[in-house]
Amino acid sequence: MSKNKQLSVSAIQNGTVIDHIPAQNLFKVINILSLDKINNQITFGSNLESQKLGHKAIIKIADKFFRDDEINRIALVAPHAKLNIIKDYEVVEKKTVNVPDDFTGIVRCVNPKCVTNHEKIAQKFYVVDKASVSLKCHYCEKITDEEHMEFL
Amino acid sequence: MKNKSLVSINDLTKDEILKVLDLAEEFAENPNQRILDGKVVATLFFEPSTRTRLSFESAVNRLGGRVIGFSEASSTSVSKGESLKDTILTVANYSDLIVMRHPIEGSARYASEVSGVPIINAGDGANQHPTQTLLDLFSIRKTQGKLDDLNIFLVGDLKYGRTVHSLLMAMSHFNASFTFVAPKELQMPNEYKMFLKEKGLKFTEQTDLNENLDKADIIYMTRVQRERFSDPMEYEKVKNVYVLRNHMLENTKPGMRVLHPLPRVNEIHTDVDPNPQAYYFTQALNGVYTRMAIMALILGLK
Repeated sequence: MSKNKQLSVSAIQNGTVIDHIPAQNLFKVINILSLDKINNQITFGSNLESQKLGHKAIIKIADKFFRDDEINRIALVAPHAKLNIIKDYEVVEKKTVNVPDDFTGIVRCVNPKCVTNHEKIAQKFYVVDKASVSLKCHYCEKITDEEHMEFL
Repeated sequence: MKNKSLVSINDLTKDEILKVLDLAEEFAENPNQRILDGKVVATLFFEPSTRTRLSFESAVNRLGGRVIGFSEASSTSVSKGESLKDTILTVANYSDLIVMRHPIEGSARYASEVSGVPIINAGDGANQHPTQTLLDLFSIRKTQGKLDDLNIFLVGDLKYGRTVHSLLMAMSHFNASFTFVAPKELQMPNEYKMFLKEKGLKFTEQTDLNENLDKADIIYMTRVQRERFSDPMEYEKVKNVYVLRNHMLENTKPGMRVLHPLPRVNEIHTDVDPNPQAYYFTQALNGVYTRMAIMALILGLK
């Protein structure tokens, strides 16, 4: 019984493993990828030791393979995330994430007077600085920086 | 520019800016042309701005067009809770062009995405007011005979002042150098200084309005507003410091001109008004010609 439990956490037969997520951003990643809304088997671990990040989180999603534009959305909160694509218990491909040039949704515009905070419209941003992740609102042209990023 | 909305000065290329100014020049020489005959322009002012609205409406009327619209939101269906989208979709059915002023930032961009007719942004909160910038450029070129290599003094609220930010962006096409004159609390934001550095354009900063005025080609004054200060004491300290007086202009270049987007409160003393270097009221007149040019280009009539 306990063996089975351990097995289901440690390995998946087919699917995607997202590693090197900053522990504090685990639930943001889950949110951005809408993992709370799919029926796949998902396991995750948080506050795991990591030499790079201090504390990292890891998510394993069975039978799910992401498109690049889907997965790149998490670059805002997990810029160093590594993806392992698993087929038949073997890692068949490794991927990193890239901060996109622009994207819709995910983040709330920091400007309380922005039209996206008043009308029912999707937020749209241009990434003006990929290193520190600073976002320029398509509508009000104000900058939302990492410190003030609030995720939807 | 035909059939395109004008939302932000950053949407225009240098060539498009010059095209607007050239056509505005044509209208300045001959303002009564009935090229808007049969056209309906809607002026939707969700917040009052008498000067901007009258300037647009004067421009439409002189060109023989008709104006519909409102001057404040309280008398419209907006007060019943109608969304901006619904208002725009409706008014787009009634008009060939919409001129919109709205307190919410980004509202003009959004309106341009849902509207079937072009939108001219007449100010969206603290964000953009591109027709003001174009009339400022027109006024600078008219008084200086050129736009290139000028020294522009920007004075007052440089932190929140949208007109100075847009003017800076637009003048960056023309190898301008800038002098920023502002109290500590209201200095030019870093993003604009970084922008100038990247473009290789010179700027200096000073807190004293009396210094270096002899080097200016244009002194662009703006209002220092009480509500911008977190500490009311700070406002009291600076409110009378950034006031331009006539005697301060004694050693300035004869061709230098003083500009102001208006309304003025007390930042330019009335003793400057008779000075031929005071240009702010003619600047307001230039707004009519510039808006004629913008509307004619967008409607494809020129």
